[in-house]
Amino acid sequence: MSTHTIVALVENRPGVLNKIASKWRQRGFNIESLAVGHSEVPGLSRMTFTVDGTLNDVEQVSKQMDKVIEVVKVVDLTEHNMVHRELAMVKLSATPKQRGPILEIVDIFRAKIVDVSAESVIVEVTGTEEKVDAFLEMVGPYGVAELVRTGRIAMTRGPNAPMTIDKSKIEEHKFRAAGEGKAKIGTLI
Amino acid sequence: MKRTGAQIVMECLAREGVEHIFGYPGGANLPLYDTLPQYPQIRHVLVRHEQAAAHAADAYARVTGKVGVCWATSGPGATNLVTGIANAWMDSVPIVCITGSVVSWLIGRDGFQEADITGITLPITKQNYLVLDVDDLAETMREAFHIASTGRPGPVLIDFPRDLQQQETEFVYPEQVNIPSYSPDVEIESGQIKKAAQLINEAERPLILAGHGVIISKAYDELKELAERANVPVICTLLGLGGFPGSHELFMGMPGMHGMYWNNIAIGEADVVMGIGMRFDDRVTGRLKDFAPNAKIIHIDIDPAEIGKNVKTVVPINGDVKQALTDLNPLVEPAKHPAWLGRIRDLREEHPSIVVPNVDNLLPQYVIKKIYEMSGPNPYIVTGVGQHQMWAAQHFWSDNRASFITSGGLGTMGFEVPAAIGAQFGRPKDLVWSICGDGGFQMTLQELATCVEYELPIKFAIINNSYLGMVRQWQHNYYDKNLQSVRMFQPDFVKMAEAFGMAGLRVSEKEQVEPAIEDALRHPGPVLIDFEVEQEEDLYPAMPPGASLAETIDQPTFEEQPEKVKSR
Repeated sequence: MSTHTIVALVENRPGVLNKIASKWRQRGFNIESLAVGHSEVPGLSRMTFTVDGTLNDVEQVSKQMDKVIEVVKVVDLTEHNMVHRELAMVKLSATPKQRGPILEIVDIFRAKIVDVSAESVIVEVTGTEEKVDAFLEMVGPYGVAELVRTGRIAMTRGPNAPMTIDKSKIEEHKFRAAGEGKAKIGTLI
Repeated sequence: MKRTGAQIVMECLAREGVEHIFGYPGGANLPLYDTLPQYPQIRHVLVRHEQAAAHAADAYARVTGKVGVCWATSGPGATNLVTGIANAWMDSVPIVCITGSVVSWLIGRDGFQEADITGITLPITKQNYLVLDVDDLAETMREAFHIASTGRPGPVLIDFPRDLQQQETEFVYPEQVNIPSYSPDVEIESGQIKKAAQLINEAERPLILAGHGVIISKAYDELKELAERANVPVICTLLGLGGFPGSHELFMGMPGMHGMYWNNIAIGEADVVMGIGMRFDDRVTGRLKDFAPNAKIIHIDIDPAEIGKNVKTVVPINGDVKQALTDLNPLVEPAKHPAWLGRIRDLREEHPSIVVPNVDNLLPQYVIKKIYEMSGPNPYIVTGVGQHQMWAAQHFWSDNRASFITSGGLGTMGFEVPAAIGAQFGRPKDLVWSICGDGGFQMTLQELATCVEYELPIKFAIINNSYLGMVRQWQHNYYDKNLQSVRMFQPDFVKMAEAFGMAGLRVSEKEQVEPAIEDALRHPGPVLIDFEVEQEEDLYPAMPPGASLAETIDQPTFEEQPEKVKSR
């Protein structure tokens, strides 16, 4: 058992996320984190899953995922040398007096204050899960009112780009009529 | 040219060469029915339950090699299709299901007869669509047929709201299908083909396990060529039966849980096992870690997810079976394996496995064997699920291609009746036997009405032991003889057949079997024969659940039979 980072490039249409998530569900996997957003190709979304499992099981599900018609590509980045990050926003209860020490921690972690009020601050922190965890441990005593984390996104280091697709196909992805209804610019999956 | 949504559906079906639709009307697909008179080339077959529509389309696809089509209304109509869709999914059968959906503005608002059928069928369809724009319809229809029938085939569902069925739009039939994220034509790696050829050429004890893929890909000749050239015995999985001529000296019958004993032992001794268009299902392999312990495995399959799923493969070949074998055959050196074939022959003599005991009682396997013997060379055999299915598979040694129609992966009881209807529509001039269990038959017997209405001359043989035989056998052998809910009260099947307007015969003595089958074959219309067989006959060979192939229990010899059988 180890943590795997699976990246999938999929057509941006209704139902795709459901179909893919279903492949994990069917085999009893718990998705630890999931991040979805647009990719470099208009019409294609990039999903990053982290799941715990044996290489064999994860490989099997990845193959099943690849069979979903709208899925263009699936790669397990775990074995690659990769950069991975997540972003978290933390709302801390902070009186004007407490702001000073909080700011210190924020500086050390190269985080950012993105909102401030008389009794609270929102801190944005980016990094690996471990870094975010460490940050949360430090600010915990100040009272975490709310926490949101995006889940891991990942990319290989160096020029190697396993998720690139055939450039000649870019236009086709953009204009193809949708599986479940038509692809509309900006629709969520 | 302006067309309504419903007309576009029909236009597309006509262009796909669809001749039969199995369906059932309801509020949400009435516009489709409204257009039927405009398309006389497409015949609608009214079934009595939507599940039957899906099974009929499934069997129709299997016997014709075309895409089967069924449709139903929204809500309960659509959900009734689900078992049939799951069945087609597990057995990789190309069907297209069109469900009417509630009007588009009611979707997601719990409208009358609304069911989220695209959500429900998501894990059991190769692709499904909810069409929300009539302009997408033609392209969706085209894609559906393309996806269903290419690569590893499977069911595709299109959910189509009633208001859009009536909406008019310009009809443009897309000449080409272009799905950039879907590429079913896999290029076969020549390196793997060479490796496979080398393994086969070096093999001393090779075996072929041929599956449904051979039939789907119509690779009959290629398989025969490979087997003959390299002199390799061919074992056909349940769904592979009909992919290799039964009369061929290299044909070995079925492996696995109720397969021939000799095959299960031979698999353990083989040094090379070639899985061709099959998926090493648990009923074939037994306990996985003990499967083919001495063999290097070559696996040819069009679905990359199947390769390495269950067994460790030395040479994986991802691609169409026909193409792979066409590439492979020229590299295979002609060979003879007299010692290996001799070994299997000895195993067969020692463990004949499927001998029908010569007793006075009416044995189920005797009935099934007689049906084969008396039906000429080309009958289509449709079965349900259970003991009768396995006996039918064990005694299938026919040369007729793709003529054994059964529910393999899902194991759907009740498949036998509607599937026979689909098979008969697909093969109108051929003899279709539906070999039924008395349990499964009662799950779908309403379809006898369909059979009579369309004058289908199907011969139904109910192997009636007044038990759910397979379950009884399991309870007896693995649950300490605690027989629960397996004894069944049966209606008078003969009277019932007559009530439906077809001929009914009852057979309870061995000597009545031949005359009854003769009568049934002579009768031009549908016939039902109720064979009241020995009630507690067990099915052998049998591999206990969780056991390995080597632990298969062969048919007991006469001396080993329990007293009840000896006293017959």
